[in-house]
Amino acid sequence: MAQYVHKEHVEENLKGTKFQFQERVFPFLYRYGTLLVILFTIISFSLANDKFLSYQNFTDILRSVSIITLLAIGVTISLIVGGFDLSVGSTASLATVTSAAVLVLYRQETIIAILIPIAIGLVVGLLNSFFVVKVRLPDLLATLAVMYIINGLHLTFTKGFSIYNNMPLAEGGTAPGVFLPSFLFIGQGEILSVPVPVIIMLIAVIVVHFILQQSRFGRLLYITGGNEEAARLSGVPVQRYKMYAYLLSAFFATLAGILLAARIGTGQVSAGAPLLMDGVAAAFIGFSVFGAGKPNVIGTFVGAVLIGILLNGLTMLNVPYYAQDIVKGTILIGALAFMYYEKKK
Amino acid sequence: MTQLSLSKITKSFGEQKVLKGVDFTVNSGEVHALLGANGAGKSTLMKILSGDYERYSGKITMDGKEQIFKTPADAKDAGIEMVVQEVDTALVSSLSIAENVTMNSFINGPAFFSWNKRNKRAAELLKRVGLNLNPSLPLSHCSLAQKQLVLIAKALSREISFMILDEPTAALSTKEADHLFSVLRELQKDGVGIIYISHRLPEVMNLSTKITVLKDGYITLQEDIEHSSTEKIVQAMLGNELVELFNDDEERVLGDTLFEVTDFRVPSTNEKISLSVKQGEIVGIAGLVGAGKTETARAFFGADPSLDPVFINSKKVRITSPLKAISSGIGFVPEERRKEGILVDYNVIENLTLPVLKQFTKFGLIQKKKEKAEAERWIEQLGIKTQKSTSQINHLSGGNQQKAAIGKWLLNDGEVFIFDEPTKGIDVGAKQDVFQCIKDLAHKKKGILYFTSEIQELLAFCDRILVMYDGKIAGELKKEEATTEKIMHFATGGHYGTVRS
Repeated sequence: MAQYVHKEHVEENLKGTKFQFQERVFPFLYRYGTLLVILFTIISFSLANDKFLSYQNFTDILRSVSIITLLAIGVTISLIVGGFDLSVGSTASLATVTSAAVLVLYRQETIIAILIPIAIGLVVGLLNSFFVVKVRLPDLLATLAVMYIINGLHLTFTKGFSIYNNMPLAEGGTAPGVFLPSFLFIGQGEILSVPVPVIIMLIAVIVVHFILQQSRFGRLLYITGGNEEAARLSGVPVQRYKMYAYLLSAFFATLAGILLAARIGTGQVSAGAPLLMDGVAAAFIGFSVFGAGKPNVIGTFVGAVLIGILLNGLTMLNVPYYAQDIVKGTILIGALAFMYYEKKK
Repeated sequence: MTQLSLSKITKSFGEQKVLKGVDFTVNSGEVHALLGANGAGKSTLMKILSGDYERYSGKITMDGKEQIFKTPADAKDAGIEMVVQEVDTALVSSLSIAENVTMNSFINGPAFFSWNKRNKRAAELLKRVGLNLNPSLPLSHCSLAQKQLVLIAKALSREISFMILDEPTAALSTKEADHLFSVLRELQKDGVGIIYISHRLPEVMNLSTKITVLKDGYITLQEDIEHSSTEKIVQAMLGNELVELFNDDEERVLGDTLFEVTDFRVPSTNEKISLSVKQGEIVGIAGLVGAGKTETARAFFGADPSLDPVFINSKKVRITSPLKAISSGIGFVPEERRKEGILVDYNVIENLTLPVLKQFTKFGLIQKKKEKAEAERWIEQLGIKTQKSTSQINHLSGGNQQKAAIGKWLLNDGEVFIFDEPTKGIDVGAKQDVFQCIKDLAHKKKGILYFTSEIQELLAFCDRILVMYDGKIAGELKKEEATTEKIMHFATGGHYGTVRS
């Protein structure tokens, strides 16, 4: 921590490298620390494995983080209004299963398999906002409850089984529909050798970033989270903006769920659950990017990429998956420790 | 007899020097008042003394022995207790009064402490501050003034030699303040050295034995009270420019009735209010703390909406939310500036344009250039002192923050302006600016409702004064007939003195 010494003393102390280190390096690390960590990991992984630094591997990394990023955008928006959406994981699971069911069990077109999960996702968002805004439950509590309910609902609907092509049905015979190629294209296709999920993710990041930074809607979302009472007394309909945030959060979780179904080509149950924690971690690492100190989408994207690079690189180095969580936790602490340390000063 | 002295204290935050070599001494049994405009360095100096800030240069000595306070606990061990301005931050509202008063025993006391003993000990301490309360009640039962006394009682639970009070009367009614002063005089008699921070000159003149005035981190005046005078102190606080605080001699021309309520039920007090404001009129609403002023103001603005309608320009409107109030032309400057009036983490522009953001929006996007230009025009017009229009409002002084809190309603170009204690905790110079701002509004035919417990302000520039007591309007006084005594008579429900007509 910087010492409060005066100008006169500063000159005397100029030779003391400790002082310079604290005054100059800390703010620099605060702004660019996360980017430096990414750079450092890329360099060390490429030294350790020459296959790491290839176009193929980087599109792989981006593809793998695309779903987490979409989910994390939702979490970020809920954080912006001062809330917290824990239900995004199970909302994603619900979307995965729903789109699979629409295709496989009900033999519908791709567009239906996208629209129905989105409609259901928005209902989940409404449910969250009802509990948070109308019933005034604390955000964590309300979305935790909804998380359980949604998780239970999608498991009940599938009786705990995943949905896949030609699956046998309880009433005999096999499922009538299949995962259509046009649906699978969303998760597996490529345009100009860029994977479709990566394109969707980049569009989402850019559009949401633009809206948050440039539009009245975005400003009021941030203001609502900044100080709800002051915002309300300035005429901001804070309850409505909180509702919008939870609707958007559910929307992006649903998008992540649909992408997941299209990516793996089955409607796997509980597939979204592990995404929650990575999404939350990405959103929080995002606080530290460029020293923003608050939730922001570009940061969230960088956070997701950082997690993706680490997992990819560690897997290449044959670090077992169960040990990778140790690294994730360390990165999260590292990123946030700097931010809070600087803030306190 | 103990002497506590600080010598050559300097302290900076980053590049900014806040204290530039301050010497300050207080002896047992003395009341040493510390005055200065906002940002003069008073709080910083006291935070150093109470162990909140560790990095400073200079020396703290007690009877000649150097003291190093690394934490608030160190300062407490040396017998220095601080009574902070925001009492709620120093007490635990979910615990009982007894537990709060004897809180120190949780830190240094025995592991088990019987409830009987605790309550008895608390009752003794409460008696010392003249508070007759059942110690087993939860702290949330106490009024703000009582909480302050609880905090003082808590400080007394240890051997103390020095007590720092930071604007203790900022939110107290005159009667409550008088009680506090008698408690402080008792402490003084017992040999406690008191450092008293305040903006209110009359009470400082009355209470203290010595004064120190800080300005921009320097001492500009330090002397015994008998050699000093209000004029000298004000001059030292403001520098050379002597500001005449109250100079309202202009006659205002009043227009038609602008805002009117009849039997308007205020939900949080469940009392009915009737009043009206004409165009260009400043109506002051006096009342002690707890008289229902804030509740009434909030109901008018729809912050706690009432079911009853208000009439604006004879048009019936039901104010169901702040949004509705704003679109009906009402602006509101709330009492708790930092919690309700401004958004501390946002910049000056964002704070100013918030209610009218729609004006700067095209296709949903904010036209930032236009927004900035308009905001900067108002920053200049209001005289908001800020380095840049994009500076975080948190970095501004209290008075400038308040100007921004008022300014955002000027952008909205409303009709009716409601002020709730707008001069709370801002310095003399900034007060003058705030008054000028309000007078300008009246000049532009706006209607003003000015809720305050500062009677001097009401007498100075209100056209009419309504006095609230117990949630109701207890009396109405025209400008010519209003005096402090008459206002106090109504404000205390007829308990204060007798009215001579």
